[in-house]
Amino acid sequence: MLHKKSNVPFSGTKEQEQALLEVIHELKDEKGALMPILQKAQDIYGYLPAEVQKIISDETGIPMEKIYGVATFYSQFSLSPKGQYRISVCLGTACYVKGSGDIYDKLMEKLGISGGECTPDGKFSLDACRCVGACGLAPVMMVNDDVYGRLTVDDIDDILAKYE
Amino acid sequence: MENVTIKINGLTVSAPAGSTILEAAHLAGIKIPTLCYLKEINEIGACRMCVVEVKGARNLVAACMYPITEGMEVLTNTPKLINSRKRTLQLLLSNHDKKCLSCVRSGNCELQQLCTEYGVDDTDYYAGEANHYELDTSAAHMVRDNNKCILCRRCVAVCDKVQGIGVIGANNRGFDTAIGSAFEMGLGETSCVSCGQCIAVCPTGALYEKDYTDEIIKAIADPDKYVVVQTAPSVRAALGEEFGYPMGTDVEGKMAAALRRIGFDKVFDTDWGADLTIIEEANELVERIQNGGVLPMITSCSPGWIKYCEHYFPDMTEHLSTCKSPQQMFGAMLKTYFAEKEGIDPKKIVSVSVMPCTAKKFEIGRDDQNAAGVPDVDISITTRELARLIRRCGIEFTALPDEGFDDPMGESTGAGVIFGATGGVMEAALRTAVETLTGETLPSLDFKEVRGTQGIKEASYTIAGKEIKVAVASGLGNARTLLNRVKAGEADYHFIEIMGCPGGCVNGGGQPQVSGDVRNFTDVRGIRASVLYKNDAAKTIRKSHENPALKKLYAEYLGKPGSHKAHETLHTTFVKRTINQ
Ligand code: SF4
Ligand code: SF4
Ligand code: SF4
Ligand code: FES
Ligand code: FES
Repeated sequence: MLHKKSNVPFSGTKEQEQALLEVIHELKDEKGALMPILQKAQDIYGYLPAEVQKIISDETGIPMEKIYGVATFYSQFSLSPKGQYRISVCLGTACYVKGSGDIYDKLMEKLGISGGECTPDGKFSLDACRCVGACGLAPVMMVNDDVYGRLTVDDIDDILAKYE
Repeated sequence: MENVTIKINGLTVSAPAGSTILEAAHLAGIKIPTLCYLKEINEIGACRMCVVEVKGARNLVAACMYPITEGMEVLTNTPKLINSRKRTLQLLLSNHDKKCLSCVRSGNCELQQLCTEYGVDDTDYYAGEANHYELDTSAAHMVRDNNKCILCRRCVAVCDKVQGIGVIGANNRGFDTAIGSAFEMGLGETSCVSCGQCIAVCPTGALYEKDYTDEIIKAIADPDKYVVVQTAPSVRAALGEEFGYPMGTDVEGKMAAALRRIGFDKVFDTDWGADLTIIEEANELVERIQNGGVLPMITSCSPGWIKYCEHYFPDMTEHLSTCKSPQQMFGAMLKTYFAEKEGIDPKKIVSVSVMPCTAKKFEIGRDDQNAAGVPDVDISITTRELARLIRRCGIEFTALPDEGFDDPMGESTGAGVIFGATGGVMEAALRTAVETLTGETLPSLDFKEVRGTQGIKEASYTIAGKEIKVAVASGLGNARTLLNRVKAGEADYHFIEIMGCPGGCVNGGGQPQVSGDVRNFTDVRGIRASVLYKNDAAKTIRKSHENPALKKLYAEYLGKPGSHKAHETLHTTFVKRTINQ
């Protein structure tokens, strides 16, 4: 069982796999190939699920753990896909002092996922972000391009309902 | 190599060019504290314990990494350095579960030792957030407690670089960094081979074997149980280290005495099982050579190696000798032959083994290891656990007399005892196989070509007019190199010995931990192995097939080597596993 495996079912296509294999075979014998392979893999799939890391491990002989270690070290890599609706909660200073941490916690609870993850139906993904320049509205969250400000935890149900 | 002259603390020191400050200081008898550094294994300069001042350098430098240059002036213990090291320790303690009282490593923990040396108290750290991790108990042989991990990465390096496995590593970043496996799998779900080398190199109590000492005490106290113990060759070569004897002291006699006082009903010797393994294995080799069987045949006594072969070379399991390991052969004969002979119900026997190995804890639960319908071995403990058991039972080890093993399963030959060193099984098998093939008595019993601590050894012997090529590898990284050569058709050996741990069982994952500062400058494997070779040389009988107790076993019970009965009780099967499941 993979505990940190994305809870969104993997839906990679044959074409994506073909593209990944090509990238691997082109780069694999170069020194320090792992970073560029992971970057290209993320371009192809949008994220780096266990299934993709396994292909990379099997093809390069690099242990899966080493790949996972790199994928979790650099913030440019994501283990989960982005949802149809990308929620980001501002944890910048102004928002944080006004309680955006609570909003973030509430969203995790409501959606049943942790930060950086996506709901199993692929609908919502949740991330934290830095100051989005709307401090006057703190605390702030965004759903795709929609900005919601002066939030309280009680607003969350209504906001989510708009996207159901 | 040319020498370079430098000054350390005002003392003129000459050391080979290319040495680090740490090595040069060692030559001059000056100790610089280290934590993350393990020579040739983990050279990452991460912990900053070893900082020193170099005249002209702007910052403090890490002595474990910094090369010496002619005329360099180094200071190793100024107030500034001592403060810096104290701060390093305080930082480590700020995110550390400081429960020394009950910690398995208390007394030989490198972190605790440094805190004592530098006067850093467990209340003396930076207050702040601390991580809380669940214990990983998913593997059969060990526990990971990341609350005590200092992120030195020694375990990661040994697993990846020495063993070539790499199932553990640093995940996440910054404050969230923790050692674990891919996708936070439990270790038991990965292709970890249970070798325990990570435990052997861990400086703290973050990694430890699953402890079964209390189960043994309970079994002994139960009047319905007949509790028998066997001890592997390498245990006697290292157990003394736990009780203050210098490395390389043979404590066989005191060990037997201690086991008797703990209350085991019989104190037997795995060496007996090793001799039996040799007889069966040499017979299998001769048969494979004579009948066109699968060659090279590869030894099967190291359960870490077996699991590795199953995961990483599943297409080569047919090369494995079908012989059970000495531990399991011993257990099988204990619960069949011995039980019948003594009229004891095998279900009442608790079969305990003391091993230098953590993979043995995995091995006892494998399929097809139950000759009498009950497990051949019930409890397998490490050398470290035996030391714990001896202390817990209040036995004054150093004051014990030397005693012997019990009959009949305590009788062994020199061939059985060298099993614990890399090349030992090969040498023992050759002593028997050569005499079987030629029908003549060997003039010399020493096969020196396969001795020594090198990772890979090769030799070739002309036996009965036929050239027999052999190879020996220890440490799984070396095993991989050797097997890839075999697979590529670059080598055509008849017989290969592989041991999972580098140097063989003497350096097993269950042996007493040797702290980094000693390990970095000591030939641990060589010194411990010398105990076994001395023990062998002093024996009057040095060939397994001449062990009188085993001659009796074959006459009374098994018939011939490789007989039907032998196959039923002493041989086993393997499975094919995958990696990245
Ligand atoms: S790991 Fe060392 S310092 Fe930490 S609790 Fe155990 S003995 Fe004490
Ligand atoms: S027991 Fe061996 S294989 Fe398993 S994690 Fe430790 S070093 Fe790696
Ligand atoms: S588990 Fe032990 S060896 Fe591994 S990083 Fe932590 S302290 Fe170091
Ligand atoms: S801190 Fe949240 S918008 Fe500036
Ligand atoms: S940095 Fe030198 S021992 Fe860790």
